[in-house]
Amino acid sequence: MSSATTPPDSDPSQRRRVHSMLKHYYGLNEEGKVTEQAESLDPCDINGPHFDPEVYLNKLRMECSLGELMDHESCMVKQIRSLDSDMQTLVYENYNKFISATDTIRKMKNDFKKMEDEMDCLSANMAAITEFSAHISGTLQDQHAQITKLSGVHTLLRKLQFLFELPARLNKCLELQAYAQAVSAHRRARCVLQQYSHMPSFRGIQDDCHVIMEQLAQQLRQKFRDGGSSAKDLSECVELLLQLDEPAEELCDKFLSHAQSRFEADLQGLEAELKDSPVTDTGGGLVQKTNPGSNPVSPSSSSTTNPFLSPTAGTDILEFIDRGCNEFVSSLCLVIASYQELFINRPQEGELASKNIPEMANGKLHVFVDTLAARYFSLVERRIQEEKGVSDNSLLVRALDRFHRRLQAISKLLPGSAVPSQGTEIVVRAARERIKQYLSALQTFYHDSLTDVRQALAAPRQSAGGASVSGGGATSKDATPSLPELLTSLSNFILNQLKSVLASVHLFTAKDITFSNKPYFKGEFCSQGVREGLVVSFIKFICQSSRQYCESAGDRGGSTPPALLLLLSRLCLDYETSTISYILTLTDEQFLVQHHTPVTPVTALCAEAREAAQKLLNHYVKVQGLIISQMLRKSVETRDWVNTIEPRNVRAVMKRVVEDTTSIDVQVGLLYEEGVRKAHSSDSSKRTFSVYSSSRQQIRYAPSYTPSAPMDTNLLSNIHKLFSERIDIFSPVEFNKVSVLTGIIKISLKTFLECVRLRTFGRYGLQQIQVDCHYLQMYLWRFVSDENLVHFLLDEIVGSAAHRCLDPSPMEQSVIEVICERG
Amino acid sequence: MKMEDDAPVIYGLEFQARALTAQTAETDAIRFLVGTQSLKFDNQIHIIDFDDENNMINKSVLLHDAGEIWHISGSPADKAVLTTCYSKTSESRVLTCAAVWRMPPEWESGNHESPDDSSNNPQTLELLCHLDNTAHGSVACVLWEPMGDGKRLISLAENHVLLWDLQESSTKAKISSTATLEGKGQLKFTTGKWSPHHNSTQLATANDTAIRGWDLRSMSQIYCIENAHGQLVRDLDFNPNKQYYLASCGDDCKVKFWDVRHINEPVKCLEEHSHWVWSVRYNHSHDQLLLTGSSDSRVILSNMVSISSEPFGHLVDDDDLSDNEESQQEDKGKEPLQDSIIATYEEHEDSVYAVEWSVADPWLFASLSYDGRLVINRVPRALKYRILL
Repeated sequence: MSSATTPPDSDPSQRRRVHSMLKHYYGLNEEGKVTEQAESLDPCDINGPHFDPEVYLNKLRMECSLGELMDHESCMVKQIRSLDSDMQTLVYENYNKFISATDTIRKMKNDFKKMEDEMDCLSANMAAITEFSAHISGTLQDQHAQITKLSGVHTLLRKLQFLFELPARLNKCLELQAYAQAVSAHRRARCVLQQYSHMPSFRGIQDDCHVIMEQLAQQLRQKFRDGGSSAKDLSECVELLLQLDEPAEELCDKFLSHAQSRFEADLQGLEAELKDSPVTDTGGGLVQKTNPGSNPVSPSSSSTTNPFLSPTAGTDILEFIDRGCNEFVSSLCLVIASYQELFINRPQEGELASKNIPEMANGKLHVFVDTLAARYFSLVERRIQEEKGVSDNSLLVRALDRFHRRLQAISKLLPGSAVPSQGTEIVVRAARERIKQYLSALQTFYHDSLTDVRQALAAPRQSAGGASVSGGGATSKDATPSLPELLTSLSNFILNQLKSVLASVHLFTAKDITFSNKPYFKGEFCSQGVREGLVVSFIKFICQSSRQYCESAGDRGGSTPPALLLLLSRLCLDYETSTISYILTLTDEQFLVQHHTPVTPVTALCAEAREAAQKLLNHYVKVQGLIISQMLRKSVETRDWVNTIEPRNVRAVMKRVVEDTTSIDVQVGLLYEEGVRKAHSSDSSKRTFSVYSSSRQQIRYAPSYTPSAPMDTNLLSNIHKLFSERIDIFSPVEFNKVSVLTGIIKISLKTFLECVRLRTFGRYGLQQIQVDCHYLQMYLWRFVSDENLVHFLLDEIVGSAAHRCLDPSPMEQSVIEVICERG
Repeated sequence: MKMEDDAPVIYGLEFQARALTAQTAETDAIRFLVGTQSLKFDNQIHIIDFDDENNMINKSVLLHDAGEIWHISGSPADKAVLTTCYSKTSESRVLTCAAVWRMPPEWESGNHESPDDSSNNPQTLELLCHLDNTAHGSVACVLWEPMGDGKRLISLAENHVLLWDLQESSTKAKISSTATLEGKGQLKFTTGKWSPHHNSTQLATANDTAIRGWDLRSMSQIYCIENAHGQLVRDLDFNPNKQYYLASCGDDCKVKFWDVRHINEPVKCLEEHSHWVWSVRYNHSHDQLLLTGSSDSRVILSNMVSISSEPFGHLVDDDDLSDNEESQQEDKGKEPLQDSIIATYEEHEDSVYAVEWSVADPWLFASLSYDGRLVINRVPRALKYRILL
């Protein structure tokens, strides 16, 4: 109301405000709803709904001055006046509008009366129209039914016409080779024909169609059988045949049998290669067998050729496998692919889906592939088995790799197939077989090497025999290799051979070989195959064959030369100390063996090698001891000791014994270390000798002259025995020269003793024994670890001879010495 | 309960000795005969009686003045009769002869009551007859017909097998048949054994490395194991219960077991001694027990179950025993026996040339070493009970 001073109609906005205020007054807002929000709650707002005149007045009176009050009063009067005039204007306007509205309503009343009459007339007309229309439709009813019937007949006729024309049409299609159209046409008609087949005419058509379709199917089959057509044609062909209710099974079978015939040819081709190869292979085997005998002149030349000769087969295995892969496997893959295209991966529609063709077809395919693969595998296995020669392993590995790789294609095509795993099995078997072959090749090689060594040992025997007589058995004078040389060359040959075999076998696990990451080749092949089956077995074989030398040879008169025994013993000992661990470490490193299964520990092998070495050395001692024993025994047994003449010389056999012992000493010294002796002074021979012969012997013989005390006879020797250790004659020896020689001498002297005890001696017989024993004493002490042993045994011999003497009068010690020094 | 085994009983002879035998006809007393070897003194036969209860030895000495004794053997029928092989030196020739002797009847009556006296006044053996061998050479051994009537003897002289009949109360010996081994070189029998099987019609002999079988009816060779041992064969013995089985020993330190029907390979081979094996003996009752003596001064008792006539031990009905716990524990200990060495006896200090089982007590044996030491031992009790129970 601040603008209350302005004239009320001055501008539209002013008017609107007035309207809105009026609305307010009547409690309406613009949407016709009662609102009280906008109003102020101030009781002093003169325009507000909560205006309290008392409060307003009091407020004015308290706040304003008199002048202001006066002004306010005049302003208020002015506003009241303008409001009154506004109200008057509004009342006038509304009154005019009311008057005109009343006029309008009166005019409408007159118009409606006229319209009512016209409507009555209209309804009467409509009733008449309805009546007519019903009449017309009643008359037209019959005709309409007739027309409908006619049109039905018409379509039926058209269908019939199609049917009657069908044979001709089909024929035409057949002529044009539009098989697809023919089939679809026939399919459309088939049900109908089927339904009305009881009517003769339809029957005729059906039969005609049948014949034609039969013909068509025949043609399709023919086409299918020819197979020459493209894959697309073929698949169309199959589809059509399927639609013709041709049994899917039969189709599959036909398809597969058709393919079968082609594979048959491939397989026969492969087999043909197999068939002629055995002949050449045995030829190769023969060559192999004769070879070791024919050129064993030097170990090096024979070793490189003989067990590692490859068979001279027509085609090598790589070619064979290549051919197999290229012809058989690849066409197998093609067949699988097209078969799957035709029968398995086809989009299925309609009734065909229900027949579950893919499952059936898949089954058939698997059986088909499995049987073919089995035959192929058997051929491959036969071929692999022919691969006996171990010359070039890389060829075999490459062949196997190719074989294995190509089979992966099948696994991709046929995910569930067992064929690739069977292929892997074959590879595994081949690898196993290979290891066995290598082992036997190594064994043959070892045997051949030993034969070479044996021959090398036998060759210088004649010349060395002369040498040993002249000056103590030197062996290395000749051009023929000496024992240490033979040993090193033998052990080098074996080691090199083993290394080359390891290298060959290693090809199986090379990274670029597809099957090398199979679990077998990662684990079992390395540990069980190579380490255990090859290396450990070979070492064991060496030990075992060495032991066999000990067992067989001894009884049958020493077929094994003693030098070979010695050499083998040293070889085994070397194996024990270093070679075995070296070989095994090498193997483990090369093959990164992870031992999932327990393997033979190095220590066990070493123990075995040591045992073998020990056995060989013991046997060597025994053999050598027996040779000397035999000489001594013959010399004692064949002589008439009662009636012998006074000794003038040392018997020749004793010299021979010393010579042989010396040459054995040299021989052993070539391979074994000296060993420890019990300490003795440089002139020990002289000193102990004098004790032995002069004082002791005299004491011992003394009682035998006194018949009163027979007990005393043995007293001294018994006391001696009480305090000396028991002597084991054929006891194990240590790995040194002294121990070996001690063993041999022990055996010889014990034999001497036992033989003496079985004889009876005359006076000179005893004296001869004295001389002989003194001679032995002079020369043998230096070979043994404990010279007292020699003394003791020789004492026993002389003592026993004295006991067995009819006339025990011993020779003077000085005479004995003179005789012995004379030689 | 631990079973203590009795300590061995040792008896020392004054002389060296090789010849030992059990008195074959004596089945009550445990008695061994030992013959001495001396070139200078009169040789003796020691009769060793072993008193099992007191673990004591009683000895009697009989004089054998014919010469040093190499082999001794008792008659199977008359315990007073025995044979010896002794060496006789004449005209500086040493010849081994054989004779049949009778022990004087008085030796048993009072002599061994006072053993000290025996040396003073030893009685002499009564000579029954000589097995005259002047035509055939030195005798290696004399064999009585096993379980016979004491009338038949075999002597092996050089390369001859001589079969003797004793007549007129053994005072006369007559050669009934002979066989001769022919071949290259000087062949000489070292030892032999009369088989107790086949009605005592078979003989096995050893010469050098070969073992030969003879049929005494035809006096012909029936088999020959060439190279039975690597070296000399020293002794033979027949398995008392298995007629084709034979044990042999020799200078290759081995004891071999043969089935004479398959002579190419030994059935079994033992190599336990460290020197020549001089003597091998089957136990008379339990043929798995085998005794060997060797010049390594050891005697070894082996249990050869696998080739014995009782390969699975004595079969006992366990049902009767298995009531109480004790027997069950026994069963545990009763695993099938393996071939094994039972014991090695080291009482000797010189070469052992002879071992013998007692005739009277199957669990007792004697061994004799060259230095004149006789040792009597028993089979360990544990084993004895194991075999018996």
